[in-house]
Amino acid sequence: MAILLIAEHDNSALKSATLSTVTAATQIGGDIDLLIVGSGCTPVADAAAKVPGLRKVLVADDAAYDHEIAENVADLVKGLAADYSHILAPATTNGKNFMPRLAALLDVGQISEIVSVEAADTFKRPIYAGNAIATVQSLDPIKVVTVRGTSFDPAATEGGSATVENLSQVSNTGLSRLVSEELAQSDRPELTTAKVIVAGGRGMGDKAHFAMLDALADKLGAAVGATRAAVDAGFVPNDYQIGQTGKVVAPELYIGVGLSGAIQHLAGMKDSKVIVAINKDEDAPIFQVADYGLVADLFEAVPELEKAL
Amino acid sequence: MKVLVTVKRVIDYNVKVRVKPDNTDVDLKNVKMAVNPFCEIAVEQAVRLKEAGKASEVVVVSMGPQNAQEQLRTALAMGADRAILVQSDEVLESLTVAKLLAKIVEEEQPGLVIMGKQSIDTDNNQTGQMLAALTGMSQGTFISGLELSDSEAQVVREIDGGLQTLAVKLPAVLTVDLRLNEPRYASLPNIMKAKKKPLDTKTPADYGVEVKANTRLLKVEPPAERQAGIKVASVAELVDKLKNEAKVI
Repeated sequence: MAILLIAEHDNSALKSATLSTVTAATQIGGDIDLLIVGSGCTPVADAAAKVPGLRKVLVADDAAYDHEIAENVADLVKGLAADYSHILAPATTNGKNFMPRLAALLDVGQISEIVSVEAADTFKRPIYAGNAIATVQSLDPIKVVTVRGTSFDPAATEGGSATVENLSQVSNTGLSRLVSEELAQSDRPELTTAKVIVAGGRGMGDKAHFAMLDALADKLGAAVGATRAAVDAGFVPNDYQIGQTGKVVAPELYIGVGLSGAIQHLAGMKDSKVIVAINKDEDAPIFQVADYGLVADLFEAVPELEKAL
Repeated sequence: MKVLVTVKRVIDYNVKVRVKPDNTDVDLKNVKMAVNPFCEIAVEQAVRLKEAGKASEVVVVSMGPQNAQEQLRTALAMGADRAILVQSDEVLESLTVAKLLAKIVEEEQPGLVIMGKQSIDTDNNQTGQMLAALTGMSQGTFISGLELSDSEAQVVREIDGGLQTLAVKLPAVLTVDLRLNEPRYASLPNIMKAKKKPLDTKTPADYGVEVKANTRLLKVEPPAERQAGIKVASVAELVDKLKNEAKVI
């Protein structure tokens, strides 16, 4: 049994979601090969070789793989799949994009966003916005699986000595090309890996009021997130959204401000270790999951909290 | 250009689901069902393309039990021209749905397939990508913007960390994200008109597709309950609790 794991990276370092997926692969058991696909991604390979538990690091470095165009990545991995019983990737937007395409090319199903490994062919995954947890067994010869990063501890980054192997074959389907990319610039930690998150909802009332949360986040070294309502109202960009259809987070501390706690939002944050809610409506559903709730006007409580830290 | 768009009958997103006491599945008896919210956005986009003169016909497809007709009628009332129901009472997994759609694509030859990015019941986020693979089409997933030219679609995708614009060759499969558009409500006259629009009922056998299970559902459980929390009276008490009790700051 061997596992192929497709890395999420930014051309210079592995993303934490990849390290969590390594942990999931270790729990399945067997030799683990890590595939790095990209353009100008060799620096990642050296870092990846030091991750304990890996047999080989495979590198596919070509302009055709720039920004991991799904058609090309799926085609490449299809060619490697015969040697593996499992193919894993983090359930990031990248992984969600190319993995089902790969699964269909292999004529197998996919098990999306697992939160635990029960056996080599059996996994748990949330359904219905996290309101139920399904245990599913794969009946396919090759198991194509995406892994929810926040459900597995990241693997260590030092101590391993995997061999690095460059792949020469290039898959270029010519079906899609990148036009442009606009990434939000932020000095704060990434939402999905932050230890502390401050999130705002519709109750923030205005884009300008998010500055209060920024100030609080800076004091705590936290990332700032939001509900769908806050994103739709234009208070913050789309990639701030936490929830069923946004990012799934599980920080040590989550502070929800001016948000009611709709089930779609809870699906993205209810595995946080400590949840704090600040809301003036004492009946808001968020208080049912909050460890500490403060019924107060956020425009008074947030600045006061910031000052108290 | 013909546009094919898909809708799925799912539990209404406002309903809080309950797991059956025997842990075999969630309980869908007497629960309000609706069009999957992402599918509504897909239908809206297809209808807008038609209104803009870019699509000649909008064909809507659903797969599932007989009463998925209701969801197809909703799509017809929003402006789709005709509907196809592939009727089956078995569980249709993503790959089977993609295979059936691939057959319909072969038959209908659409220039564009528009689908939701995921259904809110299984939360799989797979079918669009699988269909693209099976038909050899390009894919534009999680899109929040779309511009069509003769040979390609320029799509804005919501990715981790921001937005990405891709040019994908036509024909293509696009899966839509929340912010692509605001779906319209069907007016009463349009609901009446939709009853007269054609709706073909087929079966997987008509397309020569075997309904195959790629997975076995062993158990469905409610998620772990969180311990009840406490309400604090002041910011000072909150800070004290976080520092000394939870020790997270």
